[in-house]
Amino acid sequence: MSLKSPLGRALGLGSSGTGTEQWLGQRLSAIALVPLTLWFALSLLAFPTLDFYAVTAWVSAPLHAVLLVLLVMALVYHSSLGTQVVVEDYVHAPGQRTLTLIILRLVHIALAVTGILAVFLIATRSPL
Amino acid sequence: MSPASRPVSRPVSRPRSRPLSPHLQVYRWQISNTLSILHRLTGVALAFGGLALVGWLLALASGQAAYAAVTWVLTSLPGQIFLIGWSFCFFFHLCNGLRHLVWDAGYGFDRVVARKSGVAAVAVASVLTVIFWVVALTGVVA
Repeated sequence: MSLKSPLGRALGLGSSGTGTEQWLGQRLSAIALVPLTLWFALSLLAFPTLDFYAVTAWVSAPLHAVLLVLLVMALVYHSSLGTQVVVEDYVHAPGQRTLTLIILRLVHIALAVTGILAVFLIATRSPL
Repeated sequence: MSPASRPVSRPVSRPRSRPLSPHLQVYRWQISNTLSILHRLTGVALAFGGLALVGWLLALASGQAAYAAVTWVLTSLPGQIFLIGWSFCFFFHLCNGLRHLVWDAGYGFDRVVARKSGVAAVAVASVLTVIFWVVALTGVVA
């Protein structure tokens, strides 16, 4: 039995029946980010210097490249979902809200593509 | 002026003193809501940190000149302040995020426990931030 009013059902209002996956995605990416970010933080500490050649060689190691791509993916996904909720909570003017959400989503897609491609380019660069 | 041509009076905007449902200002300020707000703030700050991380990777992919420019920005005084800020945001968001995951699993809702875990999140995040920078600047690991 549906608890929606006939008018609400006709207008498609009420519970959308979806949305759980967004909540779950936020938590799953959070869990993934715990080891990934700690690995990245510890790796930064382990660098003797952060000079161009040392960091390039480090990123070029296949395992590091894979972990960096996973880090970028989880981070951007988590950031996208998180900032989206913040905008949904605080930006109320309908047009402004939709526009902000669209820009936010596009920026995050661009970030993910840039980050992943950058790691790929660094890792496959011919030895300097 | 005949009554018919009188402009239709539109309802005046409602008085501003009308009762409103309780909002933030009626609640006592305490650690649980402070950390909840801080979790969001640090999350938004870290979104910009993600932007910086991708920028750093892009510079590294672009070549030595771009990498040198980004390194110069990050090691300048404002850059260092941002990095220290992001590191605290990261450690706090991590600790408080773990606290949220424990809540999501259904544990730690007891008032005393929730307050203690909040204090612990701030304390652990502060200690980790200090340790991180001491190690980074003195090079203990390397």
